[in-house]
Amino acid sequence: MRNPRTLSTAAALAAAALAAAACSTPGGDETVPGVTDDAVVIGTHQPLTGPAAAGYSAISAATAAYFAYVNANGGVNGRDIEYLVKDDAYDPAATQTAVRELVTEDEVFAIVNGLGTPTHSSVLDYLDQQGVPDLFVSSGALAWNQPEVYDSTFAFNADYVTEGAALAQYAVEQDPGAVVCVLGQDDDYGEGILEGVETVVGSNEIAEVQTYAVSSEDLTAQLGAMMTAGCEVNVLGTINGFTAMAVGTAAQMEWFPRWYVSSSGADYPTLAGYLGEDLAPALLQGMVSVNYLPSSAGGEWDALFREINDEYNDGAPYTGNTVFGMSVGYLFAEALAAAGDDPTRESLVAAVESGDLAGNGIVPLSFSEDDHAAYRAVGVTVVDEGVQDYAGPVYEVTAGGVNAIEASPVPLENEGIPGE
Amino acid sequence: MKTPLRALLLTVLALGGTFGLDPFRNYQLAAAAACFAAVAGLTVLVGLTGQLSLGHAVLMAAGGYGFAWAATAVDGPWPLALLAGLLAAALASGLLGLLLGAAAARLRGPYLAGLTLALVIALSAAAGALPLGGDQGVRAPFFPVPEALSALIAVEQWHAWLAITVAAAAVTPLAVLRSGPAGLRMRAVLDDETAARLSGIDPGRVKTGAFVASAIPAGLGGAVLAIATQQVTPGGYGLAFSLSLVVAAVAGGLGSIGGAAAGAVLVTVLPWAADELAALAPAELGRRLDGNLAVLLFGAALVALTLAWPGGAARLLHRARALRFATPSTTTER
Repeated sequence: MRNPRTLSTAAALAAAALAAAACSTPGGDETVPGVTDDAVVIGTHQPLTGPAAAGYSAISAATAAYFAYVNANGGVNGRDIEYLVKDDAYDPAATQTAVRELVTEDEVFAIVNGLGTPTHSSVLDYLDQQGVPDLFVSSGALAWNQPEVYDSTFAFNADYVTEGAALAQYAVEQDPGAVVCVLGQDDDYGEGILEGVETVVGSNEIAEVQTYAVSSEDLTAQLGAMMTAGCEVNVLGTINGFTAMAVGTAAQMEWFPRWYVSSSGADYPTLAGYLGEDLAPALLQGMVSVNYLPSSAGGEWDALFREINDEYNDGAPYTGNTVFGMSVGYLFAEALAAAGDDPTRESLVAAVESGDLAGNGIVPLSFSEDDHAAYRAVGVTVVDEGVQDYAGPVYEVTAGGVNAIEASPVPLENEGIPGE
Repeated sequence: MKTPLRALLLTVLALGGTFGLDPFRNYQLAAAAACFAAVAGLTVLVGLTGQLSLGHAVLMAAGGYGFAWAATAVDGPWPLALLAGLLAAALASGLLGLLLGAAAARLRGPYLAGLTLALVIALSAAAGALPLGGDQGVRAPFFPVPEALSALIAVEQWHAWLAITVAAAAVTPLAVLRSGPAGLRMRAVLDDETAARLSGIDPGRVKTGAFVASAIPAGLGGAVLAIATQQVTPGGYGLAFSLSLVVAAVAGGLGSIGGAAAGAVLVTVLPWAADELAALAPAELGRRLDGNLAVLLFGAALVALTLAWPGGAARLLHRARALRFATPSTTTER
């Protein structure tokens, strides 16, 4: 750059760049991001590839199918719901890029059902700083329920402590005196399940606690230690792939303990996909889990969701993840309907906090101004001859302990399309 | 023109350029600046001393963790926390680089590549065993836009500014080093170790030094990523990312700092562009490939680029310049 012409060109370029300042300057826009007269744009981050893709990648497809169904029937308050799904491969670094793109580039109205504890944790602060409603996070970590810190973040799953406590309570009632052990993911997921189990059986009563990382290749060491410790009831805080690996590894060791698995890793059709359709009914016979969504075959929600799945999801395999995805879609549509004719980010959050949303669970939603947890009660499910269904008991977990309550399923109204 | 002056000019230009970008592009620019710092370190290491490191992502991670730890620990005004973080990032990556360099001086070609590769694979396990927060990683502090600027720029642009400044501060000394006597010694060691030894150069020391000089910018790159994303996770510094740094160095042209910049932009933008392209494909096709279409496109684009311009972006620039001035080049770029 010795000649003066280059230098002056550079200076001119710099000046031009400075003149283009308007592009990046914040503020000034009065409209609500993502909301137009005939559409609402929302986004999510999901593991479409990577270690958690099996099973979970079906969730956003199901949600999208439900929204397609709603849109085909006039949308919500006259607006179509546009659902942008970004793949993050269950990698927090990728989540950050995906969510930033959704917020700054696609200008979404809200982030709905972002999936995963490590992944969503990495954008929690960012969404809070940007004031983007962060609805129905697809994870049971307690982090989503901090209304005083994250005032527009709401959970969808029953939290892991609740699940762990309910699983342990059922185990204690079924087999008093059994040796209880825990295998958990080495993050908030596994820790939450462990904490729940501890509240029921006492922290000294757990014979063996093992953990694994999502990046692990096998669970031989963990299962070996648990077998040596004489575990009879294994409570798992594992994602589907690792649940299947645990059950499969134990079977290879010719060890058949009782499995009590968190809802995030106990979807029978997904597990059968890993273990093989011929072996799964035998290996998973009697597997206990918990759920809170209308997953029973033959119910009215089940019938509607199967219909939507056939018509708008190309008849993809119908699993617990399908029910989960569509239930999330229903809850968002309900919140959007309640947010009024001209929804704003504030009115959307207020609609969820109002406590008026019913959802479609078998137990009531617990949203309120100072509680951003969705479900505080869960029903026990058991696998019998390859069919996973509710076994009857429903437990509510409060600070005081675990109480048995009655299920109170929400009836289907208006063919599953919320309106005012 | 002297290197520092040119660096200053380019930095000011880049800072001005952020005004022309929307927030998401500014975020990508910050990520590209982070990659630039690491790739510049890598390209000098590979291009000048011939030591192939596949593990520069781990050096970035070391910087990122160092930054997150120190910037969180320092309880003071933000510039102090930022500086402490950067210092810790340079220290952490420099120390790891020194260790690696000491090994590198005794290893050759595939053995060194193997060692650094093993390091990348071990990162996730190390994050679980050391107090680094496992797969979930650690939080890095958030640096909001300073009061005086808050009416003018958005947070992404502010982070892009920090990123550009840090990257410039990391790469400029490297450029000076490369064109000075140290660079000459590195080239001498690369060409013929015995000859270099006869001329009084200690190849072991040169190689170790080059590794440290290459590790520090990589660590500062990791700090830049931590500033932009407020998080350091082992997943973000996996094998794929580490190899993409090598891709950036090769695509940019080994040994060239300008090429490193081009390569860094390429590996930041190409995956995103492949994603966008994949989104345009029919949903049916996308679903059948289970989200892997973007990966496929990225790979295809890289193969095409390497076939079309085997010398990388730097050689391309060089040729364009040569055509323009029609003067034969007297230097041989390696």
